[in-house]
Amino acid sequence: MALDPSFVGRCFPVPGTYQVAREKIREFADAIGDNDEIYRDPGVAQACGYRDVIAPPTFAIILAFRGQQALVCDPELGLDYHRMVHGNQSFTHHRPIRAGDELVATLHVDGVRTMGGNDMLTVRCEITDSAGDPVTTALSMLVFRHSAAEQDR
Amino acid sequence: MSRRRGEVVEGDELPGLQVRVTRADLVRYAGASGDFNPIHWNERAAREVGLPDVIAHGMLTMALASRLVTTWAGDPGAVVNYSVRFIRPIVVPDDADGALVEFSGKVVRRVDEGTVVVAITARCAAQSVLGQATATVALS
Repeated sequence: MALDPSFVGRCFPVPGTYQVAREKIREFADAIGDNDEIYRDPGVAQACGYRDVIAPPTFAIILAFRGQQALVCDPELGLDYHRMVHGNQSFTHHRPIRAGDELVATLHVDGVRTMGGNDMLTVRCEITDSAGDPVTTALSMLVFRHSAAEQDR
Repeated sequence: MSRRRGEVVEGDELPGLQVRVTRADLVRYAGASGDFNPIHWNERAAREVGLPDVIAHGMLTMALASRLVTTWAGDPGAVVNYSVRFIRPIVVPDDADGALVEFSGKVVRRVDEGTVVVAITARCAAQSVLGQATATVALS
């Protein structure tokens, strides 16, 4: 089933605000095997000019992923999460994410196309602080593979 | 403080990085990131969608590759843009060795006096797993 091009332009706000905690940054850094103290020790981060510990460059995926969950769970779009493959990803950091930030995120559907038996969605997660100032723009291309039965048709 | 502009020239190679990824790493990354897709921890779920076995999260591979750049840059906050394409999944067997992933990087372009682009390669089992992987780094 090809995706409806009218999905382009839809927005999926991530519910609530995301409070960035020092311990979550530490947990994420541990999970990616990065022992840089700038993710753990506020003194080290402050010596680098930051108010508090900063997050690794891909930390924002936590928010982008929540936006993608909202998208995939929308029954109108009819997407199958189990057939989703991540095609590409980019992050533009307007400034680093820091512990103590209160972040707000909205996922935007920027593009829909069908190619080679797959549906491809380009989505953009705009992450701002509580004042509305931009923090990170995360672009993802999500591929939804058609089932074998559909491809046989 | 990030790497100084005077210390960097086009063509510089970054120190390489080798990381062994095991099933336990995938479970830990699932918890930290919130991506609990079972294809990253359950063989049955992986096979049901046509994969040979459990695969690593693409985002874990991207995060591991970022370590190459942040370590070199000296300040993770200096990475202003970071982009990758996921071209091949990393299959992670259910054993103690897991999958070995090798990362390398090179300064390929100077955007302006204080900004460079690093191109990253990531290989597993003699094949590239990331394509067009680049990081834009602000120098001090």
